[in-house]
Amino acid sequence: MQTRHRARRRIQWSAYFYILPAFIIIGIFHIFPVFYAVYVSLNKGAINRFTFVGLEQYARALSSNDFWNSLITTFVYALLTMPVTMTLALFFAYLLYQPFVKARGIFRGIYFLPYVVSTVGSAIVWAWIFDPRSGLANFILTRLGLPALRWLIEPDGVGLLIAQGLHLTIPTWLNGPSLALVAISIFSIWQSTGYDIVIFLAGLTTIPSELYEAARIDGANGFQLFRHITLPLLAPTTFFVIVISVIGSLQSFNHIFAMNQAASQSLGGPLGSTSTLTVYMFDQLYTYSNYGYSAAIAIILSLIILAFTLFNFKVLGKRSRY
Amino acid sequence: MAEIPQKRAPAPLTWLTQNLGQKVIYVILLAGAVWALFPFLWMVMSSLKSYAEASAAESFFPTRWLFSNYIDAWNQVGYFPQYFMNTIFIATATVAGVLITSTLAAYAFARMEFPGREVLFISLLATMMVPFEVTLIPNFILVRNLKWADQYQALIIPWTASAFSVFLLRQFFVSIPSDLYDAAVIDGCSDLRFLSSIILPLSRPALITSGLFTFLASWNSLMWPLLVTNRPEMRPIQVGLASFIGDAGTQIQLLLAAVTISVIPVIILYLILQRWFIEGIATVGIRG
Repeated sequence: MQTRHRARRRIQWSAYFYILPAFIIIGIFHIFPVFYAVYVSLNKGAINRFTFVGLEQYARALSSNDFWNSLITTFVYALLTMPVTMTLALFFAYLLYQPFVKARGIFRGIYFLPYVVSTVGSAIVWAWIFDPRSGLANFILTRLGLPALRWLIEPDGVGLLIAQGLHLTIPTWLNGPSLALVAISIFSIWQSTGYDIVIFLAGLTTIPSELYEAARIDGANGFQLFRHITLPLLAPTTFFVIVISVIGSLQSFNHIFAMNQAASQSLGGPLGSTSTLTVYMFDQLYTYSNYGYSAAIAIILSLIILAFTLFNFKVLGKRSRY
Repeated sequence: MAEIPQKRAPAPLTWLTQNLGQKVIYVILLAGAVWALFPFLWMVMSSLKSYAEASAAESFFPTRWLFSNYIDAWNQVGYFPQYFMNTIFIATATVAGVLITSTLAAYAFARMEFPGREVLFISLLATMMVPFEVTLIPNFILVRNLKWADQYQALIIPWTASAFSVFLLRQFFVSIPSDLYDAAVIDGCSDLRFLSSIILPLSRPALITSGLFTFLASWNSLMWPLLVTNRPEMRPIQVGLASFIGDAGTQIQLLLAAVTISVIPVIILYLILQRWFIEGIATVGIRG
């Protein structure tokens, strides 16, 4: 008994050997780079020939139209995708969760499938559906007697396009996001709804079924059950989904890159109308080799993400506890 | 009162009105399934059509099923077999690396006593909060300076450890009763042997989940391989697909056949291991 106790409490120096491999990799490729990124953002010039310029790259970003447009596009893209994805996901999760539904696992498996398949692969398929000349989307539109659209290569706003279709003139601030961005959003919603469904479904199963039975005995109808039991008790799950969706959509890159590429557009889409902050950063790095500048954009982006995450925890986090 | 039985009398209508709510819900669920599956079906169907038929988008099924498109895609489109093999190699090596480094680290954090354990664990978790954009540029510079550009090392080594996997496995290891450990220590079992012969066999679900997520992330990764590969024969499949969109642009049926081939391994893996995919995500979701 005595030895056994000592054996457990004794410091095991060999533990460092166990954590060493993971810490070498994470230290070199994930921790050190954070500090190095800050250093790079304070410099300009080519690799290994940096000149220190202080905060010049940050000032350059904040006074650049492209930067602000990308920032706005990032938020517009988040607003186009997040609410729709989450509402659809909650709706389908709630329907799937109904006790009488059979084959729940099969439905869930099918809904989740788009999330598993690579973004490049499914972007090629969706870009083909949105193809202006021979795509399925325009085929359906023309069959319905509607005009064919340019989808992924259309820089004009959806508001403007609708107004033109109705022969109206609207002020420019009503132009709205480009049709290209909306088409990419449709693709993104298709891909990520299943992921949210799985999380919502897991959250729904944690709600004790006695609560529903008790409320039903008290004469509550379906909507009341949803409004007064499901929604409040699901709040922690909803909060988690909001946090990861905000982080994910502020970083969106793959969908846009792949759709731009698949529609033979330059990075950022028609007239740059689909350039989010990450796309802008990548373009500055990949196309122009502006290391310092793109590092500064990356740091600004991570500060924005940090601010949103803290805001979510402060404001929503408190409300989501029950 | 007499009207009610009359209304219920015709059999087909009863079938329809009985549990109408349930039937509506099934219809909505089915519509959702069609929406999720349709692009894949459209992809497979288009990949089996002739070029003329594929670009007309008029019928769902091909009039002639051209399975030869798949052979043509494999042989004609860029370095397709090479992309495919590269990705299998890179993804497998990454999964092996992650499982080895994460198992060892998770075991130390779950079972061993050493100074700085808490601080090290928390700093490990903190790295999960860092957006990949921040580490991208320094890592690119580092890999260039190490002369790793266009080498497999660049695509594998930086991803062979994962804070997420360490966390997942550690949570699992902690839940294994410590009585087992005490008994093993009395029998003179070393930590490494205890880990390999008792902990690992018991941890299959957690190992499969973290291996699966690593494999998927590696197979589908795009931005990093774009940055560190220039030579076509070094590219993994996603970069390869993205780059030959232009080349194959006129031969959409071949491009879609290539996409179908690239998707098959992931879908097979998903069908076999669906449970772990979904449970893994659900667990992370509830814990978060």
